[in-house]
Amino acid sequence: MRDMLANAWIIAKREFAAYFATPLAAVFLTLFVALTGAMAFYIGGFFERGQAELGSFFAYHPWLYLFLVPAVAMRLWAEERKSGTIELLMTLPISPVEAVLGKFLAAWAFVGLALVLTFPIWITVNYLGDPDNGVIFTSYLGSFLMAGAFLAIGSFISALTKNQVIAFILSATVCFFFVLSGLEMVQNTMRAWMPEFVVTAIGSMSFLSHYEQITQGVVSLHSIVFFLSLITFALFANVIAIDQKKAA
Amino acid sequence: MTVLVEANALKKTFGPITAVKGISLEVKKGEVLGFLGPNGAGKSTTMKMLSGFLEPDSGSARICGHVVQDEPKLAKASLGYLPEGAPAYGEMTPRSFLTFIGEIRGFDSDEIKRRISAASSKAGLDHVLEQRIETLSKGYKRRVGIAQAILHDPPVLILDEPTDGLDPNQKFHVRKLIADMAADKAIIISTHILEEVEAVCSRAIVIAKGEVVADGTAEDLMKRLDYHGAVVIKVANDKSEAVKAALSGLKGITKVEVLGKDNGMTRLRAMPKNGATIATDVAAALAAKSLAVDELFVERGKLDDVFRQITVAAKDSTHA
Repeated sequence: MRDMLANAWIIAKREFAAYFATPLAAVFLTLFVALTGAMAFYIGGFFERGQAELGSFFAYHPWLYLFLVPAVAMRLWAEERKSGTIELLMTLPISPVEAVLGKFLAAWAFVGLALVLTFPIWITVNYLGDPDNGVIFTSYLGSFLMAGAFLAIGSFISALTKNQVIAFILSATVCFFFVLSGLEMVQNTMRAWMPEFVVTAIGSMSFLSHYEQITQGVVSLHSIVFFLSLITFALFANVIAIDQKKAA
Repeated sequence: MTVLVEANALKKTFGPITAVKGISLEVKKGEVLGFLGPNGAGKSTTMKMLSGFLEPDSGSARICGHVVQDEPKLAKASLGYLPEGAPAYGEMTPRSFLTFIGEIRGFDSDEIKRRISAASSKAGLDHVLEQRIETLSKGYKRRVGIAQAILHDPPVLILDEPTDGLDPNQKFHVRKLIADMAADKAIIISTHILEEVEAVCSRAIVIAKGEVVADGTAEDLMKRLDYHGAVVIKVANDKSEAVKAALSGLKGITKVEVLGKDNGMTRLRAMPKNGATIATDVAAALAAKSLAVDELFVERGKLDDVFRQITVAAKDSTHA
């Protein structure tokens, strides 16, 4: 176990640094901070609400993640396969689990950094009023967990192809479905041709409903377990994909 | 001598294509095995199975006694592997890349520094350690791959085309490096440069269509040529008939053929019977008749010809 974490850590360090070797890191971090801010102020009506809370800020995270997170995840494995470095990586004395875990943790930490960089809005709201910082903290936690779920799915899909563009589009599509599946409109459409228990099952997988619960300050164990088990499952699928498809 | 690499009936198919049909081999400590074959013969696939990158459909591979499929970490720890094309992370510098490899190999930071300086001076990387790998020339990228493979001084080295894309000086350097390390390691190199086999390999295996078609030293392989050990003689045109007559009578010679004529000289070739050594007899027969010759040498043969003979034959037999 110690061995496993040590190796995953070494891989995560390398992978995290790799984001900063290209302009990707700067572009992503800038866009993320700018867009989360812009959406909170212009679409969410941060000032018009006249309330000292960050609901309008967090409400748009799922939609931003929809295209920003697949952009972080798409290179994780597709690039290794395209450049052939996967052969180098997988012939080093590490297990596929360590490699998958290390890469995922690096990407998750990167998105975490982007979230941390939005701190000015937290300072602003504290300056303007007296918000419930507990809710803000759990909202950040919920947003981070949801980003992890997006990333794990993106990492798995990235392992299925050599082509980063395909990885991006597929991940965005799959994540789009996970976000939408809880909406009443989508549920009604499914109800027309699916048995009720399937509709309920799909609805319970919705990122949106789990995320909204957390951002409303209801930290239900149920939602946290949902995101963590989705991450675990996607990474498990990722390990299998690497094992099966590394040479193709 | 201890056997460090062992392959037992390795087999691999990709969909309808059988890439490797059952390859067995052994490499002992101190041996440098040359792995030869035309493109698409299954060289790289075999090496990928030995290194644990690909799972064989059947058969098994052992590195230092560890079955690669069952104890992958132990096997990979004893192995230095240069994949085909020497892939490396382009955005890293050789130093940061080698540091990463050293950390994975479990060395502490002082040890890593020491090993990087040793491996980079062996591979000739000293001047480019701080440049991004993607900006390096093909030759230097290859050397980064070699430095990565020898960083932990492994008992087994598997190098897929280590000299591909290098200039003649760099090739010489890499061959020397391999020869220097050979004594206490088992090394496999794949190549289609046949001079390399004579330069560094103690043994060669030729594979074609996923099967081993020849296994032996360069000398053994050349014995397969019908003109191996033949004696070539250069004489003036007017004496060529006399020489032919003098040699035809010798036992141990099947026939004497004319290879060509130029500048008033004829080149004759006496073919030996069943690989007999005929040079002494030929010289004695010519001396007895006082026939002066300009040139006389024993043909060893060209590995290229052996290669063609073996691999083309394999192709024909599978088509038959």
